[in-house]
Amino acid sequence: MNLEYSADHETFRVSVRTFLEGWPLVGDDADRPVGEREAIFRKRGVAAGLVYRGVPKKYGGSEQPFDAIEDQIIREEFYRAGAPGDSTSQGAALLVPTLLEFGTESQKERFVPPALLGAENWCQGYSEPGAGSDLASLQCSGRMEGDEWVLNGQKIWTSAAQHADMMFGLFRTEPEAGKHAGISYLLVPMDAPGIEVRPLRELTGGYEFNEVFLTDVRIPAENIVGERGQGWPISRATLVHERNLIGNPFMMREAFDDLVELARSRQRGGRPAIEDPTIRQRLAEIEGYVRSNETSNLLQFSAANRGEMHKAMRPMMMNKVFSTDTTQRIMKCAFDLLGGDGVLAPLEEELGTWRRSTTPTGWVMQYLFSMGPAIAGGATNIQLNIIGERGYGLPRDLRKNP
Amino acid sequence: MDFGLSEEQELLQETIRGFAQKECPTTRLREIFDEGSGYDSEIWSGLCEMGVIGLIVPEEQGGAGLEILDLALVAEVLGESALPVPVLGHSLAIHGVKLMGSEAQRATILPALAEGDEIATVALQEGDREWEPRDWSVEHDGDRISGVKTIVMHASLADRFLVGLKGGQLAWVDARASGIEIEPEDGIDRTRPFATVTFDRTPAEILEGGKGSASQLTDAAAVLLAADAFGATTKLIDLDVAYAHSREQFGQPIGQFQAIKHTIAQMGTELESSRGLWWFAAYALDHLAAEASRAASMAKAHISDRAMTAARESVELHGGYGFTWECEVQMWFKRIMFDRSFLGTPEQHRDRCAELAGW
Repeated sequence: MNLEYSADHETFRVSVRTFLEGWPLVGDDADRPVGEREAIFRKRGVAAGLVYRGVPKKYGGSEQPFDAIEDQIIREEFYRAGAPGDSTSQGAALLVPTLLEFGTESQKERFVPPALLGAENWCQGYSEPGAGSDLASLQCSGRMEGDEWVLNGQKIWTSAAQHADMMFGLFRTEPEAGKHAGISYLLVPMDAPGIEVRPLRELTGGYEFNEVFLTDVRIPAENIVGERGQGWPISRATLVHERNLIGNPFMMREAFDDLVELARSRQRGGRPAIEDPTIRQRLAEIEGYVRSNETSNLLQFSAANRGEMHKAMRPMMMNKVFSTDTTQRIMKCAFDLLGGDGVLAPLEEELGTWRRSTTPTGWVMQYLFSMGPAIAGGATNIQLNIIGERGYGLPRDLRKNP
Repeated sequence: MDFGLSEEQELLQETIRGFAQKECPTTRLREIFDEGSGYDSEIWSGLCEMGVIGLIVPEEQGGAGLEILDLALVAEVLGESALPVPVLGHSLAIHGVKLMGSEAQRATILPALAEGDEIATVALQEGDREWEPRDWSVEHDGDRISGVKTIVMHASLADRFLVGLKGGQLAWVDARASGIEIEPEDGIDRTRPFATVTFDRTPAEILEGGKGSASQLTDAAAVLLAADAFGATTKLIDLDVAYAHSREQFGQPIGQFQAIKHTIAQMGTELESSRGLWWFAAYALDHLAAEASRAASMAKAHISDRAMTAARESVELHGGYGFTWECEVQMWFKRIMFDRSFLGTPEQHRDRCAELAGW
C-alpha cells in the first residue's frame, strides 16, 4: 500500500491541470450553445489524450494505454474544473462500449464518432409497461420483412427520448425461442415513421422520461448489433456500464460538503444547526458511508490497475446499491435541515436532471431526485438479489417464468 | 499510488487463518468460551513462534519491524476466528512503548515482548466512558502511580501493564509490584476477559523521551478494534450463508426467500464497502499523521456500528436456535459487543470526528 502518487503521475496531474486551463472556453467560442462548447473541448481532450482513452483513434477516441491511476487523476481533475471529459450520455457511456465490443466495423464507423461528441443523441429502449425488473419478458416485436425489421410495441421510462436522434433497444425477434434467447439488440432512428414519443411527467414535476410507441416502424436489416437472439447477453454488458456510471465518488463528496455547508447556514434554537449534537452525530455517521464509498472505489481502482479485478468483484457489484443508499442518506438529512422550507416546490429551472443546487428548493429537488437512482438501471431490490445470489452464492429465487 | 495489500500481507493473513482453523476450530473455541478462561496457552505459543506477537517490534529489538496496517490485518483474522489470546493488549503495549519510550526504555522493554516471554497489556480506559488521554486521571508522584483503570484486557495473565496517566503520559508497571489490585469482571466476551485494576502508590517507570503521543496509541487501538469487528462480521456472514442454505422451511432453503437473501446482501454490502475505511486508517497512522485521528475514529464508529447491526441480524436469521447459548453466532456477537463498547462508543467517536473536522 502506498497512497503517494509516483513522480510520473504527479507530472501527469500537472499536465492535466495545464490542459484544463483551457476551460471554460474564451473568445467567440464562449458564446456558443453549451453542447457545442462541450464538443469543442472534448475534441481537444481527445487530441491531448485525456478523453475517450479506451476508444480507438479511428472511431474518434484517443486510444491510450490502460492506466487506472491516470484515469482516476483525469476524473478528479476534470470534475474539479467542471470540464467536460468522457460524456456520461447514454450514447457515449452505454452504446459506445457495446458497439466496440459487439458491433460490426461499419456500425462502429457510422455510430461511434457522433455519439462521442453528442452530434447524435441516443436513448435506451429497454423497459416496457409489462417488463421492468423482469426485463427479459419484454414483448416489443421485431419482424423481418424483406431486408427490413418491422417494429411494433411500446417502450416506457425512456429517458431523453424526446431529444434523441437514435434509440438502442431490445426487441423480441424470435418469438419461438426461449424467453432470453428470443431477443435482439436493434438500432432505431427516432425520426422513422411510426414512432410517437409522449413525455411523462415525473414526481419532481419535470419531464425527463417518456413513453415511446412503435407502430410498423421500418429499419434496415443491418441495424442489429450481434446476431439475432443475442440481444440479452449484449444488453447485460451494457447494464454493467450503466451501473458503473451511477456511483460517482466525487459527486457524492461534493453533495456531502454541500450538506455540511447547509448545516452551518441553517439555524436550530437560535444557533447554527451544525452546533446541535444530534446533527453532528448524523453528519459524522453519513460521512462514514461517504468515506467508505471513496475508499472502496480507491481499492477497486487499485485492483484494476494491478490487473486483479477479480479480487474486487464483490465491492464492484455493491457499488450501485451502496452509493444510491449513501446519497439518499445525504438528501434525507438535508431535507430535515430545511425544516419548514422542505414544503417548497422546486423552481422551474431546477427541474430536470440532477444537478448541484443548494438553495432550499434546489435541495427539495435533489431530495426528490434521489429516488431515481434506486430504480433506474436495476432497482435496489433486484440488485440485492444479484448480490445475494452471485456475491454470496445463495440459492436463486423461485420463478414462475424463469 | 496503490491501495491494495502486498503478497506478504496476503500471505500473513492466510498463514494465521490456516493456523487458527487448525488450532482453534469452533469446537475448541467453544470449550474455552464455556470454561471462561479466555486464553489458550498453546495458541499463544503458536502465534509467538510464527512471529505474530512481535510483529511491530523493530527488528533491532527482535521483532518483525512491521506497521500498524500489518497488525490490523492480523486483527481482522483474529476477529474472524475469535481467537482467545492477549494479542490486542500486548501489541498496544508494544506500540505505546515505541511511541513514548526513550531509546533506552525501548531497548530494555521491547525484546522480552517481541518473543512473548512476557505478556503485557494496556490500562487505558477509566469508568464506563473515559478513554481519551485527555480524560485520564491516574496520578503520578515521582515513580509512584495511583488510580483506577477499567476493562484491562487479560489483566490476570499479564506480566506488565502500560498505564495511561493524567496529562496523557504512559507508565510501565510490573504486575508483581506493590499496591496493585486486580479485580476480574464477568465479561460478556469470553474470548477476551478483563479486570478493573487499582493502583495505590504502585512503583512505575514513566515513559519519556519518545516522539509519539498517547492519542496515537488510542487511535491505533480504535483501528485494531474496527479491524477485529470487521473480521468477526465476515465470519457471521459466512455462518448466515451456510445456515440459509441448510435450513429448510416451506419446502425450500430459507436463503431462497428474499427476506433472508436481502438481509444478507445488505449487511454484506455495508461491511464489504467499509473495508477501505480501516485499511486507510491503519495506513494513515504510519504515513499520513494529519488524517490519522479522524480516520481512526471514523473507522471505529462506522464499522463497529455496522458490525453490531449485522450481528443482531445474524441472531435473528438463525431463528430460535440463534437465541441459544449453543448457537455459535453468540461468540462473535459478543466479540463485536466488546469491540464496539471498549475505548469509545460510536457516539463518542463521532463526536470526536465532528470536533476534528472543525464543525
